Amino acid sequence: MNLAASILEGNRLAIARLMTQVENDTVEGLAGLEAIFPHTGQAHLIGVTGAPGTGKSSLVNQLARCFRHPPPGKEPCRVGIIAVDPSSPFSGGAILGDRIRMRDLAGDPGVFIRSMATRGSLGGIAKATSGLIQILDAAGYQTIFIETVGAGQAEVDIARLAHTTLVVEAPGLGDDIQAIKAGILEIADILVLNKADRPGVESAETALRSALRLASSNETRSQHPEYIEGNQADDSTVTSNKVWSPPIIRTIAIDGNGIEVLAEKIEEHRCFLKESGEWKKREKLRLQSEVDALLQRTLMQQWRDKMSVMLYEKILSQVTNRKISTTNAVKLLMNGDNIQ
Amino acid sequence: MTEKKIRVLVAKPGLDGHDRGAKVVARALRDAGMEVIYTGLRQTPEMIAEAALQEDVDVVGLSILSGAHMALAPKVLELLKTNQQEHVRVFIGGIIPDEDIQALKDMGVVGVYGPGTTTEEIIGDIRKAISGRLN
Ligand SMILES: Nc1nc2c(ncn2[C@@H]2O[C@H](COP(=O)(O)OP(=O)(O)OP(=O)(O)O)[C@@H](O)[C@H]2O)c(=O)[nH]1
Ligand SMILES: [Mg+2]
Repeated sequence: MNLAASILEGNRLAIARLMTQVENDTVEGLAGLEAIFPHTGQAHLIGVTGAPGTGKSSLVNQLARCFRHPPPGKEPCRVGIIAVDPSSPFSGGAILGDRIRMRDLAGDPGVFIRSMATRGSLGGIAKATSGLIQILDAAGYQTIFIETVGAGQAEVDIARLAHTTLVVEAPGLGDDIQAIKAGILEIADILVLNKADRPGVESAETALRSALRLASSNETRSQHPEYIEGNQADDSTVTSNKVWSPPIIRTIAIDGNGIEVLAEKIEEHRCFLKESGEWKKREKLRLQSEVDALLQRTLMQQWRDKMSVMLYEKILSQVTNRKISTTNAVKLLMNGDNIQ
Repeated sequence: MTEKKIRVLVAKPGLDGHDRGAKVVARALRDAGMEVIYTGLRQTPEMIAEAALQEDVDVVGLSILSGAHMALAPKVLELLKTNQQEHVRVFIGGIIPDEDIQALKDMGVVGVYGPGTTTEEIIGDIRKAISGRLN
């Protein structure tokens, strides 16, 4: 089967098989990605992150249903879902349980769900996640949700990968809201306060609101940390002075309350990105960080292939004996053939 | 190339209540380095086959306590075949009468495990059953 051609026709088996090849980093996987790449760039990528158990999978389930069954007059779009869970650092195995909450989507040929493990990547995103997104994108899934467990770096990673980032909070997480709010404010396009049926919603929303207010009075808001730099560099080319202030949306994912409002906000954010010129900027940053990550891995691999393991060990032991510094070790390793 | 991982779908078809056994097995498989897609209770054969396709798994493990194995297993096998997934190895755990075990194996089920089976045994059998496909 020519995987790439079948994927462009939307063949589900081909999609699934190429995803596996990409995850396993095979030659076939790379060739497949190469072939489909010109057909990517169509989908709206929505990152969904937040602490464990806040209801991310349940929300994605509801949102996907909503996008599949829009109000009259709107076309339903095809929905892809990639749910990332951490691999066990001890065994390398993983339990991927997000599908449990997505039962409602079973049997709908317009939905494709794939679970993936982080496989040794730090943070919440696997090395192959962007490849899997490209496959769904090329196969014609117009809306793609990427669910990741949020913890520190993971949240920043997902924001770099997605056009629209939802950060999911829930009442009753205690002071966690305080602890992660700095991260949230940098990356959230929409704050979702899920489990609004639970006690403590009011105080959770108050806490989020005051944190947001604090941030917007401190600085002119910038959605992503990178933009601060970018804006200074080419201020004159900023296409619009429109700003987006992240709304807080209450939801109850177990019964669907608030989901329509959330879906509308997501659509609104997509329009904002398109109209403000922000979409193009995010696309560029997104692809740039993909290229950079790949470049980093490739350079490292090339260097490793050339490096003699013995020399590496020798230099390392000189470092541990405090004979040479770490900086010096790197200098020596970089031009490995000059030393004995 | 990164190391290939064995991917296993663990599903609980039928209407019987608890999935304690299935969860124990899922954890053991994870600890053996496999990626386990856990789909939870009350899965229909259609849901199982579709998930197996999307997740491109090597193995499907069914936990069946309801006694409906002679109806559910052939249906899952048939749907996997319809989906061009006949390479997927199917294992069943549960309370299966001796006289049904051979019948299930004749249908194409690779392993049938009753209460008291060690997880080591299951892990060993899975590795053996798919060793041909991993490289
Ligand atoms: N009361 C209430 N419970 C909810 C709500 N949304 C989700 N839950 C429950 O919260 C639990 C966790 O939901 P998930 O959707 O699995 O949460 P998650 O964030 O995807 O979890 P991880 O992927 O494990 O991080 C489940 O038992 C859900 O039924 C809600 O709005 N209200
Ligand atoms: Mg989840």
